[in-house]
Amino acid sequence: MAVLKILVIDDEPGIRSGVSRILGSFHVTYPFMDEDYTFDVVEAGTGEDGIAYIEKELPDILLLDNKLPGMQGVEVLDYIRKRNYDIVVAMITSYASLDVAIRATRDGAIDFIPKPFTPQELKSSIENITKQLYLKRITHRMNQEGKKIRYQFLSVLSHELKAPLNALEGYLRMMQEKQAGDRIEDYATPIERSLQRIQGMRSLIMDLLDFTKIRLERKEEKVQEVNLRDVATDAIVTVQPYAIQMDVTVHLDSRSEAVVMADPDDMAIVFNNLVSNAVKYNKNGGRADITIDSSENEAIVIVADTGIGISKSDTENLFTEFVRIKNEKTRNITGSGLGLSIVKKVIELYHGTIKVESTPDLGSTFTIRIPKKQISIN
Amino acid sequence: MKKSDITILVADDDPDYLFQTVFNLEKMGYRIMAVESQAEAETLIAKSKPDLAIFDLMMESDDSGFILCYKIKRKYPDVPVILATAVSRETGMSFSLDSDQEKEWIRADRYLEKGIRPEQLDQEIMKLLKL
Repeated sequence: MAVLKILVIDDEPGIRSGVSRILGSFHVTYPFMDEDYTFDVVEAGTGEDGIAYIEKELPDILLLDNKLPGMQGVEVLDYIRKRNYDIVVAMITSYASLDVAIRATRDGAIDFIPKPFTPQELKSSIENITKQLYLKRITHRMNQEGKKIRYQFLSVLSHELKAPLNALEGYLRMMQEKQAGDRIEDYATPIERSLQRIQGMRSLIMDLLDFTKIRLERKEEKVQEVNLRDVATDAIVTVQPYAIQMDVTVHLDSRSEAVVMADPDDMAIVFNNLVSNAVKYNKNGGRADITIDSSENEAIVIVADTGIGISKSDTENLFTEFVRIKNEKTRNITGSGLGLSIVKKVIELYHGTIKVESTPDLGSTFTIRIPKKQISIN
Repeated sequence: MKKSDITILVADDDPDYLFQTVFNLEKMGYRIMAVESQAEAETLIAKSKPDLAIFDLMMESDDSGFILCYKIKRKYPDVPVILATAVSRETGMSFSLDSDQEKEWIRADRYLEKGIRPEQLDQEIMKLLKL
């Protein structure tokens, strides 16, 4: 329950008490609002008293009579406008001349309530104003949050891009100045580490491309029937050389036909990431099992590995951008920290879900559910 | 004081940056305690007092370096601290130690962008230790 403060400035006591009475028990609700709005009405008999109140506490809504004993309504409006106060103003007036109406509208009044008004007229005006106020505030908040997220992303990204360059630069200088000795063998570690950092940088760039793709591209025209078994098979073929090197065997168990409506590239991103993770974070001689199944409405994909696992506290941030679990076991594994955040974004695009269960040292299991019938993606 | 009598604590979660910094500083003659995380650095600070500390900003969390600065200054107010980061100013993560207000909340004596030359780092260290 949220309360909006309404200030009514009118020299007629009957109007003021009428507004208080009508709105005192009134509440506004729309299906899209997270809470109901009720109203707290404060009264002022003159423009001067009204301003004194505004200076003390900013109301959300102002119901303003134009014809007042001292200072006129339009002058109050002017006062508010000059100070950029965030108040929604509606004029209540019996004989609004065109002149006054134009001036009031120009100065920011958004509604006119004719006097005398019925309770219903007042209520529907207030209902409209509340709706506008709500949408304005939500938009403002979402813009702020969006800005903050983009900003954080950029600063972390620049950090992730510069760190490998700094490492390479340092190692090259070391060699240029022959700091560790005269023979090439003296630089075995710097060379090995430089190659690893280059590999990491490359995978970051590839992931960034995926990341921008899912953010910018419109998908509708590319959506088609995708058989997830085929996507899984492709992902396994891609990861095979790496799996051999790591001595991890990859198995596919297709229990039933799982066909979803999707952009095949999106599904490839999901499977490539999960399957390569299942190999990458595995142990020598380990297994990666991919199971494809389906229920009446959903396609179900389970990717399980016998790898290093993830602790409970680490799973909480697992899908956040640039979060990489850092410990002894992951020290020599390169990654961008973007893969799983991309996977999650793609799956949510298709109204699906992803969850992870994991036991440190035993392995992790990722379960994805995607609705088979797509209504819309955005 | 000789450089070989000076112990520097270096905390950085980038293994390569740590390796290089340690390599360079040892070559200059300093004694080094190297750790790869905020947690390890905290354990070390609790046990022993370095003559100077160099902290990376982003380790386990985005503000690990700030926290370490604060903790070491509380325990050893006289130990100079250098905060190092690869976060660039162009992205808006702008802070410096130029105003008193910033010094108030960033408890570091120097703020350095990573990638500075080893000789430069050596100079900054000598200045802070008044060598």
